[in-house]
Amino acid sequence: MQVEITVNGQPRSDDIEPRLLLVHYLREVCGLRAANVGCDTTSCGACTVLLGGESVKSCTVLAAQANGRQVTTAEGLAPEGELHPVQAAFRQEHGLQCGFCTPGMVMAAVGLLSENPHPTEAEVREGLEGNFCRCTGYHNIVRAVLAAASSGNGTATEERTEVGA
Amino acid sequence: MSILGTRVLRTEDPRFLTTGGVYTEDVVDERLAGACHVFFARSPVAHARIARIDVSAALSAPGVVAAYTGADLADLPAVTPGLNKQMARTILSADKVRYVGEPVAIVVTEQAYQGEDALELVDVDYDPLPAVVDLADALAGQVLLYEEAGTNVAGTFGDPDALDQHLFDECEVVTTRTILNQRVAPAPMESRAAAAAWGEDGRVTAWIPSQAAQGCQASLARQLGIKPEEVHIITPDVGGAFGAKFGAEPEAVMVAWVARQLGRPARWSETRYENLVGMTHGRAQQQTVTIGGKRDGTVLAYRLEVVQDSGGQVRIGAVLPSLTLLMTPGPYEIPRAESVATSVVTSTTPVGAYRGAGRPEATAALERAIDLFAAEIGMDPADVRRRNLLPPFTQPHRTKFGALYDTGDYVAALDKVLAAAGYDDLRKEQAERRDRGDSVALGIGLASYVEITGMGDGEDVPPKENATIEVHPDGTATILTGTSPHGQGHATAWAMLASEELGIPVDKITLKWGDTDLVPEGGGTGGSRSLQHGGSAVLQASQELIEVARERAASELEANPADLRFDVERSAFEVAGDPDASVPLASLANEERLVVRTVFTQPGATFPFGSHVAVVDVDTETGKVVLRRVVTVDDAGFVLNPLLAEGQRHGGIAQGAAQAFIEEVVYDSDGNPLTASFADYPFLSATEVPSFELADMQTRTNYNPLGVKGIGEAGSIGATPAVQNAIIDALAHLGVRHIDMPASPQRVWQAIQAAKGNA
Amino acid sequence: MIPAPFDYVAAESTTHALDLLDSFGEDAKLLAGGHSLLPMMKLRLAAPTALIDIGRLTELIGIRADGDELVIGAATPHAAVAASGLVRADAPLLAHSAAQVGDPQIRHRGTIGGSLAHADPAADLPMALVALGGRVDLLSQGGTRSVTADEFFTGFFETSLEPGELIASVRVPRQPGLAWGYQKFVRRANDWAIVGAAAVNGRIALANMGPTPLRARAAEQALAGGASAAEAAELAAEGTEPGEDVHANRDYRRHLARVLTRRALDHLT
Repeated sequence: MQVEITVNGQPRSDDIEPRLLLVHYLREVCGLRAANVGCDTTSCGACTVLLGGESVKSCTVLAAQANGRQVTTAEGLAPEGELHPVQAAFRQEHGLQCGFCTPGMVMAAVGLLSENPHPTEAEVREGLEGNFCRCTGYHNIVRAVLAAASSGNGTATEERTEVGA
Repeated sequence: MSILGTRVLRTEDPRFLTTGGVYTEDVVDERLAGACHVFFARSPVAHARIARIDVSAALSAPGVVAAYTGADLADLPAVTPGLNKQMARTILSADKVRYVGEPVAIVVTEQAYQGEDALELVDVDYDPLPAVVDLADALAGQVLLYEEAGTNVAGTFGDPDALDQHLFDECEVVTTRTILNQRVAPAPMESRAAAAAWGEDGRVTAWIPSQAAQGCQASLARQLGIKPEEVHIITPDVGGAFGAKFGAEPEAVMVAWVARQLGRPARWSETRYENLVGMTHGRAQQQTVTIGGKRDGTVLAYRLEVVQDSGGQVRIGAVLPSLTLLMTPGPYEIPRAESVATSVVTSTTPVGAYRGAGRPEATAALERAIDLFAAEIGMDPADVRRRNLLPPFTQPHRTKFGALYDTGDYVAALDKVLAAAGYDDLRKEQAERRDRGDSVALGIGLASYVEITGMGDGEDVPPKENATIEVHPDGTATILTGTSPHGQGHATAWAMLASEELGIPVDKITLKWGDTDLVPEGGGTGGSRSLQHGGSAVLQASQELIEVARERAASELEANPADLRFDVERSAFEVAGDPDASVPLASLANEERLVVRTVFTQPGATFPFGSHVAVVDVDTETGKVVLRRVVTVDDAGFVLNPLLAEGQRHGGIAQGAAQAFIEEVVYDSDGNPLTASFADYPFLSATEVPSFELADMQTRTNYNPLGVKGIGEAGSIGATPAVQNAIIDALAHLGVRHIDMPASPQRVWQAIQAAKGNA
Repeated sequence: MIPAPFDYVAAESTTHALDLLDSFGEDAKLLAGGHSLLPMMKLRLAAPTALIDIGRLTELIGIRADGDELVIGAATPHAAVAASGLVRADAPLLAHSAAQVGDPQIRHRGTIGGSLAHADPAADLPMALVALGGRVDLLSQGGTRSVTADEFFTGFFETSLEPGELIASVRVPRQPGLAWGYQKFVRRANDWAIVGAAAVNGRIALANMGPTPLRARAAEQALAGGASAAEAAELAAEGTEPGEDVHANRDYRRHLARVLTRRALDHLT
């Protein structure tokens, strides 16, 4: 079947099988492999992307369900060579180690801050209850999200940080 | 201004945050073009003979390229464990299965989505045998997993017959208990995977997420029955390992075998179910602790008896008790201590290494014993610890168990963490709640620990690591390391070390690792060895490179090498007293490569130490535990990059705490795994832990020029017993003396009920 | 991890969806948010040969007041129910329940109709609907019918939905200002309830104490007879058939039912 999906601002038209999961559409058809598959039970959130601006677990969405809609992945948060404020905050606070959960975690954080721009620490932890991390113990991830929130640019697309700064 | 000891942001991060890491499943390489996809049919029963296995229906499913059973792999050598040669196994079983999840057949498809369709058509008849899950059953040996062995005992450590019946004779108080250090799943976020392609030169290139590429190369070669030189390992980004990604997994061997068989590249990545039943599990020790001493708090004697559950195969887990026994007395001065261990096989997932690998188990047992003793004599557990901890030392201290502790100041660590936690105020608050009869009880738990890091390959073999450093004419540098980072930040940390010596900025230094053609030797990353061995090697190589460069600079400047000064700020040699007579370091690479390889050798292992305080609320009506605070001192000597060191501590503390009250692998009595998904396995999420409070203490080692020990596993070693002790402490006034891990709500509630029943 | 193959059609209207249900027959399933169905299909516990997507039918999405009831379209996501000012004012127990389901990503996709049709006795919304005494509007080619929450859940993951029927909307009584209590006991934030209790307006519903969400009728009667919250809660486990699993055995579940009921009822005073 044919699907028309706008991925990171780029309209696409692809022929897919109905059971193709959105996460595999992004990884295998679009070549965007930042989103990872970490579990079988919609538990871990490593596959989190934005669908119509809302955070979703792309392993539990059919590409067919995204037909005619907009998808944003970690690769599309900022122009090449730049970091979105949430990405910059993760770097600043050492909110990643092995990186496997990170794109999903960042997208979940972007989604969280778009709905709650000034969360408390408890709200951040609850807001990330659908994203597992084995390396960081969550401590610095929470710091990163709070830092992004307090810089006031958690969701803004205007301010950018140069990579390497 | 030295860069060492400063919070340098990771150079790795920008790509991880944007395009994402390139893990094995992500690898796009022309050598893997047209790769087929490998899938494994796995046993749904815990213990059975394979009566009949038929892949013919699978072969005719859409897209199926091939299907194989154990009979097809008969040419591969058997895997014979060093611990017990009678417990040999084949890569793919043809006759018997010994755990749910053991691979029984291979199916190969053109496309990834076709694999699970084809697996449903693999037809296997099993003749079930009784499952062996309970350790007592395993020891009794009525049902044997390996008939040729005549027993389920894989090995013993220490001599049970040499246990001293009079060990506790002089003790005024003796208490004993059998406790459980439960089975947990390492569960890195990246499951296992492999990709392989054979070249026309007859060599296989294998992409495997490993903690040690060189060891993986040897392992893969051995299991394929070929020479290591015929194997080229490439390590992509690795999404966490925690001890469970050493060597070449059987599935990885089979992927390489399939690629050779079909003359076509092959790749595999497992589902989370397969990871939770197929990747080795961790811990799984039953421990009997007996502790005795005087009523004034002096511990006089301690005995530890371990039964290690090895699972269905003899793998690393079966030998880890030797490390548990090595660390029997921990940081304490115990006049008489002894320990023994027995490893048994059971019809469950094989047990391997998991963050701490044998040492957390020793600390957990000892710290429980200390608290049991404290409860028995009615003394504050902090005071009992302080009374029995070894006094500070800067010269190596050898224990009766053969460990040579390098430096330590255990009482200072304890006092520091108690102060940071506000221990006295916490005890006051606890007393107030008890007086009021609050249904939410406050618990305060302690743990003091010492642990062994950076071990060598065998007794009396000093550990070592190599590093190669090259400065390029354009002013950049490349480091080759034998370590294998998977989140620890070596690209940044090793660059800091080189930058310190060479004056080249951190972001102009590139680190390479994990490719056996580039780095043929190395010890990988595990056992918290990397900074002390690998980092020291980088430092040494940088210093040696400066000396090589000095000679070249001297001839260029027509000066005496002794008259030259290397200005790190400018990354240039200058004639002392004449800054204009200078030559940049990078330019000395113009004519001839400026590269040095060195091997750093350390006298032995180092022993970081620390103390943890955990604070919990326990709802006595429901048994639910809320972890309020974890305050720690984790002293691993000099801290090279506090950002990275703190991250390691956070991650270790979270995993350690998770074992105490959240996570467990559960089997039913038939050997069926009940926690084989992330919905059922209680993997720790952000809402179950607080932000942690880390206190700083740096007692350097004398064993390397940096003064560093290993930090990677320390957090998990201290946190588990601190949290467990806190939960039990919360309920001490109700008569609870012990709760096995994890302290799930039901276990806690049952303990409270049992104590009421005994009142 | 990968569902078995199936055909997929995006319905253009509810009428179209019903036609498709009819023509595909029993092996077809409706797909709204897919967060109850797709996880089952990925584990191959369900393998419908066709999926009829009703997730974007605007006629099935939305929240409005209708006299003394709130009407919620079956394909309305949990996040919308949780955030709705109307629901928070008039049926706050429902808004709270929707906010407990899974995690934020799941709540962006999972729908109230999907959750009720899935009928997991451990889930939040079935328990909430029973506590509120709500009802579901079922649509078929033959017309509409309404089924109360007490009658809708018929067995373990079973409802009174007939073949060819879909849930069009969910109705709950408007009770602005009425006190309510909600207790979901979990080991880990993201989990289904080990036991749950919800209480409002003299009704008490329990999650995971039997094959369906259950009314704690003995406790309700005691309350109605003037018993205190604590006294009534002692009877919460009567008439229940709790199961056993890795988290809890029967005794512990019964104990939790009593404690959670009391805590839920404490919010009503």
